[in-house]
Amino acid sequence: MALIQQLPSRKTLVSSIAVAVASTLTFAAHAEISDNEVRIGYLADMSGTYRDLAGPGGLTALEMAVEDFGGSVNGSPIVVFSADDRNSADVGANTVRGWIDQQNVDMVGGLVASSVTIAVTKVLEENDRLGLVSGSAASSVTNEHCTPNHIHWVYDTYPLANGTAKAVVEQGGDSWFLLTADYAFGHALEADVTSVVEANGGEIVGGVRHPFPTSDFSSYILQAQGSGAKIVGLANAGADTVNAITTASQFGLTQSGQQLAGLLIFLNDVHALGLEATQDLLLTTGWYWDMDDQAREWAQRYFDEVGSMPTMVQAGIYSSTMHYLKAVEAAGTDEAQAVRAQMASQPINDFFARNGRIREDGRMVHDMYLAQVKTPDESTGEWDLYEILSTIPAEEAYRPLSESQCDLVQN
Amino acid sequence: MTMIFGVPMAVFMGQLTLGLVNGAFYALLSLGLAVIFGLLKIVNFAHGAQYMLGAFAALLAFNILGINYWLALVLVPLTVGGLSMLIERFLLRRIAHLDHLYGLLLTFGLALIFEGTLINWFGVSGARYATPEILQGGLNLGFMFLPTYRAWVLVAALAMCLFTWFMIERTRLGAYLRAGTENSQLMQAFGVNVPLLITLTYGFGVGLAAFAGVLAAPLYPVSPTMGSSLLIVVFAVVVIGGMGSILGAILTGLGMGVIEGLTKVYYPEAANTVIFLVMILVLMLRPAGLFGKEA
Repeated sequence: MALIQQLPSRKTLVSSIAVAVASTLTFAAHAEISDNEVRIGYLADMSGTYRDLAGPGGLTALEMAVEDFGGSVNGSPIVVFSADDRNSADVGANTVRGWIDQQNVDMVGGLVASSVTIAVTKVLEENDRLGLVSGSAASSVTNEHCTPNHIHWVYDTYPLANGTAKAVVEQGGDSWFLLTADYAFGHALEADVTSVVEANGGEIVGGVRHPFPTSDFSSYILQAQGSGAKIVGLANAGADTVNAITTASQFGLTQSGQQLAGLLIFLNDVHALGLEATQDLLLTTGWYWDMDDQAREWAQRYFDEVGSMPTMVQAGIYSSTMHYLKAVEAAGTDEAQAVRAQMASQPINDFFARNGRIREDGRMVHDMYLAQVKTPDESTGEWDLYEILSTIPAEEAYRPLSESQCDLVQN
Repeated sequence: MTMIFGVPMAVFMGQLTLGLVNGAFYALLSLGLAVIFGLLKIVNFAHGAQYMLGAFAALLAFNILGINYWLALVLVPLTVGGLSMLIERFLLRRIAHLDHLYGLLLTFGLALIFEGTLINWFGVSGARYATPEILQGGLNLGFMFLPTYRAWVLVAALAMCLFTWFMIERTRLGAYLRAGTENSQLMQAFGVNVPLLITLTYGFGVGLAAFAGVLAAPLYPVSPTMGSSLLIVVFAVVVIGGMGSILGAILTGLGMGVIEGLTKVYYPEAANTVIFLVMILVLMLRPAGLFGKEA
């Protein structure tokens, strides 16, 4: 199945030739940048469940950042490779190993399914390269699985639980049934939601761990209905969430007095499901295209290229790549630890992140937002989908370092 | 409350019902595969993609041409099945004399092309297809709320399965088909146009997949990847039932739906694997499948 890895794009080929020419001219000038090229690999699900939230659109965002940066760092061209991880940890780790061994790639971006990310960051650590994780949700990525070689950018399960679950419990939804995707991400989200619900006086009355991916949720929805819980929490993502919400509406879950809480919902999910099925759903997001002028301006540029509005992950890929390139420029090298230290020394305030900073565990903390899906009447356009209800300040949103199990944190 | 194996009676009955609904889907899809394999000896790996094409065709027919669900239920299988006859005529026929493996690879390649093309156009998030008005709402069965549409799926799929079984096992046309696969030269000597029969059979098998696709459109988000996960399960069902056995495919499809449904209650983590466990057991004990004839 893994036939379509590592096909260098035409762009790569062209830039390689450009590099060959450039490097003969300027070889001595910047020996600190390995191979006289900043080499970036983009690894993501390009064809499966998570394609639309990162996928080819994320690659476009990354290429936009490279282009906006000018295509080179201190005269060394930036070269981009890309591959489909097919949501398989094996495929992902092998691809990255190949990139490092054969192409001497400096940084890997994208990184969506948490299981892939955890496998890939181990490879990056062994070879001392840098990973910028934008798509993954598991908070364990910077907790028990933290490494000095990756930074987690956009969001994780902790603020998702802390934002959405807390808001729902405060509105009276104090008994929960959890539908959990049975892999690293789902487990992390389940654990985070459970602790938030219980800390706020609520109770988890039952749950099901379903295989990933699942197309038919009818059996699980029936079990949720039988549980008597007020809230059915969806600790899954992508097509699983879309399927679960569709099935819940067919089985009249909300008519029988229960409420759905989507814990990880992306813009493209709401767009696909339509406002009729998703209206009033509470969710936590790291960014929304329509949240202010800066965001709108970037989103419009993205929209012109791709034809759909960007998700928070796609915006985060641009933001993290840009911050990385600035750090390489300032540090004068693409050596992983020097770049990471440089990145962590600078606050992040761009169209994506507000009050952002990189902590020692590799977590980039920034303001998060509690949002509610608009009703069909409130929406004024195809992509006018969320209303931002409140801002969760960066320092409150993420797991405090005092609770961290990461080896890099001195507790 | 009455309990069955530690689960309330109502929940148990509910899961049994849902298992039957899913089983009817498996039956319909594996039936198409069984017809194609039994009569043409082609392992049709494009079956999942053709099911997906059925759902997409229904969606596009509604969005672009305004063709409603009921009309789509008739027209889409005819169209998708009809177009697939071109695949048989111009591609599969050329490799009919080669090992089965070539047919498998060819159809698998076609499936990847269909899926990849549609992913490029539509992405994977999927689109919704509205349930026809008359089938909206649900039935209160006492132990569960069953959406009317799912009840309809069960009835329609079973009716189609019985119709197919009757056609092949009980009519003159079916007899020609079966004889044609036994000894095509002799049949041609009797003046029967066997190549045409084979083309029609392939079209019919694919039409069944497209019919299932239209049935599925209001249930699941219509997405280019909807067929690929189902295909492997359906193949397992065909292997368990016995390659090429029509009745075996129908009964095994229903049975596997129920087994999977119950697994979702007792040990949900294994819901995607249980069918393959059954497959391994069956292959060990009865290599020709539950209803297959020993070679």
